Amino acid sequence: MMQMRIWFIVLLFFTAFATVQAQGRYFTKTGRITFYSNAPLEDIEAVNKTASAVLDARTGQIQFAVLMKGFEFRKALMQEHFNENYVESNKYPKAEFRGQVVNNSSVDYTKDGTYPVRVKGQLSLHGVTREIEVPASLQVQGGKIDGTATFHVRVADYRITIPSLMKDKISNTVKVTVQVKLDPLSS
Amino acid sequence: MRYNVFALFFILICTSRLAAQDLLSQIEDTTPKKEYVTAAFKSTRVIMTHSMEMLNPGVLDFRILHRFGNINQGIGEFFGLDDATIRLGLDYGISKSLTIGIGRGSYRKELDGFLKFRAVQQATGPGGAPFSMLLAGGAAVQTAPWSGHKADESFTNRLAYYTQLIVGRKFSDAFTLQIAPTVVHRNLVATGDDNNTFAVGTAGRIRLSRRVSLNIDHYTIFNTEKSFDTYFPLSVGFDIETGGHVFQLHFTNAIGMNERAILTETINRWGNGDIQFGFNISRTFQLKKRRID
Repeated sequence: MMQMRIWFIVLLFFTAFATVQAQGRYFTKTGRITFYSNAPLEDIEAVNKTASAVLDARTGQIQFAVLMKGFEFRKALMQEHFNENYVESNKYPKAEFRGQVVNNSSVDYTKDGTYPVRVKGQLSLHGVTREIEVPASLQVQGGKIDGTATFHVRVADYRITIPSLMKDKISNTVKVTVQVKLDPLSS
Repeated sequence: MRYNVFALFFILICTSRLAAQDLLSQIEDTTPKKEYVTAAFKSTRVIMTHSMEMLNPGVLDFRILHRFGNINQGIGEFFGLDDATIRLGLDYGISKSLTIGIGRGSYRKELDGFLKFRAVQQATGPGGAPFSMLLAGGAAVQTAPWSGHKADESFTNRLAYYTQLIVGRKFSDAFTLQIAPTVVHRNLVATGDDNNTFAVGTAGRIRLSRRVSLNIDHYTIFNTEKSFDTYFPLSVGFDIETGGHVFQLHFTNAIGMNERAILTETINRWGNGDIQFGFNISRTFQLKKRRID
């Protein structure tokens, strides 16, 4: 009897704890990440609409994951070459970011408004992990959060090589735009 | 008893700590997904044979096939470079699984056309087929001045057809193999020769680097010509891919650049040194661009 009661309490604690944990977390599985590279011959543009993101409002922790094969290009061949020759999607299927909203305390997640923030963390891409820090914006509205960020990535930093033949056609930096609409995570 | 409870709490706290570390695992979908295998070959031809690769929808592929003469002709013919045959062709991807193409070869001034259909595409994950299966079929008409008996001259007698089943698998990024049972039907043949020629193509590639692969393309013919000696066609070469172009530099004993010619008129033999140097250039144009917004 006694044992049962203890188990019950433990269970109660567990559920309470789990709920508290989940509270203050926001997520999406349909985040939008685009990249754009301006080149003399042809602009290169791709969009991925299936990025995952989770934000913990209490701690300011934020994480992103995106499947490289989910990037869509206007030209099918470009998409194939992106996967086969540049980011090697079979070997490195995912890009991830694990970081922190640096000034998380300045964001009031209970109050609607737009909050400029800085996000700092580790970006892993093509088997290389590097620290980045980028400006971003969090817009709290009706319990949901819209997050946006734009930053530049040097492809050489991630061991993505452009053959000399293509040097004039492909720019060595790409502009990355992140747009996520985060919903409260309940579990 | 009490220890048990403490232990439980301890585990609980630890796991929640871990959860805090990895937020993504909370929403991660771990069910495996079906994913189609792409880029088994760099081009829609291995060298001379249709490959298991298809054109993407809305893509036009301009193909220039070029063969020099036999290398063993020596310096007098500049090792075959004085001599050349070509085929110019246009292929178009109607859908993900249907490609059509037309072409004209200088050998026997032959016009040809084909349809290529992919019934099964290799995929990984649940319900994915371990191989791709395609069906190709085409026709060719010789437009060169008639060289046979005058009485036999007619349009239908200039025609030949082929049907081909292609079964292939991309075993890894580095290795692809396909086999292709093939029938060629000629409306008119020399006395004693078969109207139907049966063959099996075996072709593969080894990817040497991100942009270069070694390709081998061979046919075993079960009923070669009786009225003259023909041999099994074999082509060996490199695919070099540079953005919108694929260059296929190769050596071959095959005569002509369509299935009818290759399988019924290859009088050259590797063993005799009757080898030609050749190249195929594939230039693709995306006529219909996709919307990505």
